[in-house]
Amino acid sequence: MHDSAVPDSALALSVRGVSKSFGGLQALKDIDLDIMRGSIHGLIGPNGAGKTTFFNIITGLYTADKGDFKLLSKSYSPSLVHEVAKAGIARTFQNIRLFNEMSVLENVMVGRHVRTQSGVLRAIFKTPQFIREEHDIKMRAHALLDYVGIERFAQHKAKTLSYGDQRRLEIARALATDPLLLALDEPAAGMNSTEKKELKILIEQIRRDNKTVLLIEHDVQLVMGLCDQLTVLDYGTKIAEGSPQEVQKNPLVIEAYLGTNSATHGTKNHLTSVSQ
Amino acid sequence: MQTNQKESFQERFQNSRVLQIVFALSLLILPFVLQYFGNAWVRIADFALLYVLLALGLNIVVGYAGLLDLGYIAFFAVGAYTYALLSSPQLTNAFPSIAALFPNGLHTPLYIVIPLSALLAGLFGILLGAPTLKLRGDYLAIVTLGFGEIIRVFLNNLDRPINITNGPKGIGDIDSFTVFGTPLSRKLDLGFTEIPSVTLYYYLFISLVAISILICSRLEHSRIGRAWMAIREDEIAAKAMGIDTRNLKLTAFGIGATFGGVSGAMFASFQAFVSPESFSLMESVMIVAMVVLGGIGYLPGVVLGALLLAALPEVLRYVAGPLQEMSGGRMDSAILRQLLIALAMVSVMLLRPSGLWPKPSHKHNSPKANLPTNRSSENA
Repeated sequence: MHDSAVPDSALALSVRGVSKSFGGLQALKDIDLDIMRGSIHGLIGPNGAGKTTFFNIITGLYTADKGDFKLLSKSYSPSLVHEVAKAGIARTFQNIRLFNEMSVLENVMVGRHVRTQSGVLRAIFKTPQFIREEHDIKMRAHALLDYVGIERFAQHKAKTLSYGDQRRLEIARALATDPLLLALDEPAAGMNSTEKKELKILIEQIRRDNKTVLLIEHDVQLVMGLCDQLTVLDYGTKIAEGSPQEVQKNPLVIEAYLGTNSATHGTKNHLTSVSQ
Repeated sequence: MQTNQKESFQERFQNSRVLQIVFALSLLILPFVLQYFGNAWVRIADFALLYVLLALGLNIVVGYAGLLDLGYIAFFAVGAYTYALLSSPQLTNAFPSIAALFPNGLHTPLYIVIPLSALLAGLFGILLGAPTLKLRGDYLAIVTLGFGEIIRVFLNNLDRPINITNGPKGIGDIDSFTVFGTPLSRKLDLGFTEIPSVTLYYYLFISLVAISILICSRLEHSRIGRAWMAIREDEIAAKAMGIDTRNLKLTAFGIGATFGGVSGAMFASFQAFVSPESFSLMESVMIVAMVVLGGIGYLPGVVLGALLLAALPEVLRYVAGPLQEMSGGRMDSAILRQLLIALAMVSVMLLRPSGLWPKPSHKHNSPKANLPTNRSSENA
């Protein structure tokens, strides 16, 4: 069914023919997307291109009108949000959604929920299984907080963290679900340049640890420097795909970002200069 | 951060065995002190403990899972009527066939009827919770309020065409509990002293409260409790973390209702009489007020809130009396009491908006958390 030369097993996520319309508005038209295992895949496009819609569809928040979804060549149906997390996609949110009144540590411990199983009775009777599992959850959460660099705030309430640290906590919480694919929705939004640099280092570290990352981002510089592959959406269709270098030379992309009239040498220079 | 130097009273309590034992002993001695002022005071303490039980149950639904339930008293009613029907002459009087089955009258033993009340109330919790799963906040409150009223109206009208609940007249002649062959309704003669019935019930109730607190606190610090709180904080994010919000909400409704059912059975046996008017909307509202006033989602706060609001009307009885005399009897003492409770609640909410004893905002268990942190130097 796939026309690409890539074998299925090398793909973390593979979707075919995803369409979605809201009333009369066709938000997505027949989108195909393949994400290689262990890569950072960027999804970019101007405002209203359908990035977030697509993102919400693969993570189950919206239901697609049609489409075919495979995660590590296993079909999954993104109709129930919590099933998606179980299948192996963890996400962060564009406008941070932490469990504010819970401690930083507890936030990450919640992420372990989907990979643990103690029920009500085990908790009430505090069985050895429960104690062991609870210990593992705590250790793992501490390790993940250490990994993203905010372990020292473990006992603080999540809402007291700085903006950048809240983003890190969201990533740690997502990683706690042992995802096959980590989907980040504009993780750099609202960050200053130092924080962005740190974020870039963190995401690269995550890739090095053999996780696959899907990234929606507005910050061209960050995307160009970080992603292995890019997919560009505009008006609900895929207009380009390829390495950052290929994509930024693509006239359709330049047109989508800067309009028809300015698709001359000047704008090309602009996009190229941004990536350097 | 100067919080490290002075250990709060709470931490001292948690770390000191002696303080804990003193506290437990004083709870055991309390009824004897109260008895000195009259058995009515022990009775007030008993009722306060029943309210603590109810508030603990509601705290699971409202405090942990964040689902505002204004019909909670319905589960109290289910438990009370379950016990009342199974341990009173009501059913044998109404149905000759049942009377034939139980020639000595229907006296279901404690160890059957309490789990049954709990189970039935839990079942009702899940049944009433199921249609409300997609509702939040105000809408949820309105629907649960409706459910609470439906149960009460049913109890009020199920005396025709066949008499099941005896309608507004209520069910009387309910057996009292018998623990290890000792009926709690009679004085227990220990030889050197006698323990009155109310004090026996006090011990039954306080042990139930202790067990409930243990269950609640274990649930709070478990995977299930964290998932409830995640749903309370942000339902969409909780779902995205793989939490099955439907099942967990139903679990919260079910377990919360179980507590209500058990305390309902206690109530029925203690009073030896139940009627629908004990389960009015006002009671539901009072229990929510206890949870919110004390410190929502925090066990010590919830217990405190329940004790205060249950005891306050009785204390105010002594304040309202003189006030009534001063006004020449124009102010009715019942109305005055309600007015004073309302006043107390408004002022608590103004002065301590997160409750009398809220969850401490900073925990100091981890030494690392106390280190002064300087982020800017690390970032540079």
